[in-house]
Amino acid sequence: MSDSVIKVENVSKQYRLGQVGTGTISHDINRWWHTIRGKENPYLKIGESNDRSVKGSSDYVWSLKDINFEVKRGEVLGIIGRNGAGKSTLLKILSRVTQPTTGNIKVRGRIAALLEVGTGFHPELSGRENVFLNGAILGMSKAEIKSKFDEIIDFSGVERYVDTPVKRYSSGMYVRLAFAVAAHLEPEILIIDEVLAVGDAEFQKKCLGKMKDVSGQGRTVLFVSHNLEAISNLCDTGILLQNGMMDISGNIEYCLKKYITSSRNANLAGISLKDRLKRTNGNVLFEEIKGIKNGNETWDFNYDDEIIVYFKTTAQKETDGLSFYMALKHPFSGEIISNIKTIITENKIRAGESLCFEITIPQRTVRPGQYGLYYVLGNKEGKIYYDVIDTNVNIPMLNINPSSIDMDENSGFLSMPFKMKKNA
Amino acid sequence: MEEKEKNAEAWDLVIQSRSSFFDLNLKDLWKYRDLIMLFVRRDFVATYKQTILGPLWHFIQPVFTTIMFLFVFGKIANIPTDGIPPVLFYMSGITLWNYFSSCLNGASNTFLSNAGIFGKVYFPRLVSPISIVISNIIRFGIQFLLLILVMLWYVIFKGLDLQLSWTWLLIIPLLIVMAGMGLGLGIIISSMTTKYRDMSVLIGFAVQLLIYATPVAYPLSFLAGKSYKWLVNINPLSPLMEAFRFALFHKGTFSAGSLIYSISFMLISFFVGLLMFNKVERTFMDTV
Repeated sequence: MSDSVIKVENVSKQYRLGQVGTGTISHDINRWWHTIRGKENPYLKIGESNDRSVKGSSDYVWSLKDINFEVKRGEVLGIIGRNGAGKSTLLKILSRVTQPTTGNIKVRGRIAALLEVGTGFHPELSGRENVFLNGAILGMSKAEIKSKFDEIIDFSGVERYVDTPVKRYSSGMYVRLAFAVAAHLEPEILIIDEVLAVGDAEFQKKCLGKMKDVSGQGRTVLFVSHNLEAISNLCDTGILLQNGMMDISGNIEYCLKKYITSSRNANLAGISLKDRLKRTNGNVLFEEIKGIKNGNETWDFNYDDEIIVYFKTTAQKETDGLSFYMALKHPFSGEIISNIKTIITENKIRAGESLCFEITIPQRTVRPGQYGLYYVLGNKEGKIYYDVIDTNVNIPMLNINPSSIDMDENSGFLSMPFKMKKNA
Repeated sequence: MEEKEKNAEAWDLVIQSRSSFFDLNLKDLWKYRDLIMLFVRRDFVATYKQTILGPLWHFIQPVFTTIMFLFVFGKIANIPTDGIPPVLFYMSGITLWNYFSSCLNGASNTFLSNAGIFGKVYFPRLVSPISIVISNIIRFGIQFLLLILVMLWYVIFKGLDLQLSWTWLLIIPLLIVMAGMGLGLGIIISSMTTKYRDMSVLIGFAVQLLIYATPVAYPLSFLAGKSYKWLVNINPLSPLMEAFRFALFHKGTFSAGSLIYSISFMLISFFVGLLMFNKVERTFMDTV
């Protein structure tokens, strides 16, 4: 007997871009006119793949296109992909928040989705009342919540505040309580979207532990996150989405590797300011970022190569001074090099003026492997950010291949000069 | 192969792109009955947190509206009140009208005001408007209590001749019809406002105007022989309003036929609403 608990067949979802307004009604009427004559929806034939960086010609996009996969009982499936790849849309369809445009999904067992922690929390109600309310929204009965109430409060660690309105909670306490309710749901299938991005490190560990327990009990988990470390820790299998289409599925390590390398050769110009990180003001923008090896453009280096990164920046407004910061990140953990900070100019830059510069990292500094890069332009003091580019926003990762003489190729991040003295 | 066939039948849930118009999923709704009651509690409790008077605020609104009506319709316009003391006449009308209008307003905002929750988690969407209708019954109960207190005052101090009789039992079915109509019309409107907001603008003042086409501030008997009487007669709320006063004071103009008209109007709007709501709830997140 096949043991699949979720079967997704040809699922697609189409969205209409732009505003809903007077123009929309003509499309609605046209669609309705086709329906009553028994014809197919005329707008399903059009639509483009969902690549947000390319300006499309059609008002309709396929946020998801022909997704097929199966999930087996007890499997922990990670869903990965860049911003806008369709991960959340897929979860929304799975959790029945919205309906697919075509295709269907078959599910065996109770399904609970956590697309957000604390859905339906009412600020005026006390912690206790909100536990009941939130639990019921997530599909628990009152009796069920009552029997688990002490456990929930215990897990959240906010015992002292149960009878205080949640609007008086710190945001951390709020999240703790909310996650505690969700963690005590006992569905056969649990869908989780990025909820671990909140709370302190200790609580995140607790959550991950709880999720491991859940999957250990033979329940199925679908997990979406940008935290690749968590994904690689928790999941056995994965699917990689790209522009609404399924790129690959299978073993999670394989998916992660593909995901990490898939970001090469992306172009910066296509990334609008809106998609760059939010806390920037956009006074000066990166226009070009290139890796250079022996005079050629590449992101593929050898351990023995000097790594040169070339930048071209253009001021959008007159700006006083410019500083630059760059970090190397390991995809599963944090930053590993964070000292590259420098002032590019102290002087005024006119609007439209371009500045170019290069950063050189000496050979044999960074151990072989794949690294995320993180670039920041800021004012002289580095307090105000003009532009931030990060591997999450479609820029290439740095790939360093082991040199032929390197024996232990994939361990460690940095190399360190050392001395050896014989017969000391 | 045979086993495979058997498996195919065993799915608990099938999410489809197209599902039947009549697939109402009422079983699901029953499963979420605890949530309905928790929503009722939330609506009721949350409104009065951090107020001193608490639920007493429910008294204030009908009292002031009654005073207003006494002044405008009683003193200025001099409209008779069917022999019922004007205070009781206006207050009874306002109490019932409040119930209808708050059901209608609440239910018609279902999608817009719950978009945040609906976008994140699935539960039968009908839970929301139903909980609104129920929590309004509590509000009605409080206002009705006020009405009874005022009636008692009239009986004791003003010698008003009122007896408790079987007609009081009529109030329950009248409320149910009122609730059904408020809910039905409300979910029709809420289904229509997810994509185009025009309706919600319209409904805001339509309800305000509707009170004048309903015998709230005047008795139906006052319209006898007037040319615009049909306008009030086609209003399915009119017989309910008159029957409500009949149940309380034994005075009112309505017929069995007009009540049947109201009930059928309620049933039709309720089922049409249910079907529309059911269709819209599946994809409203994309357009709201």
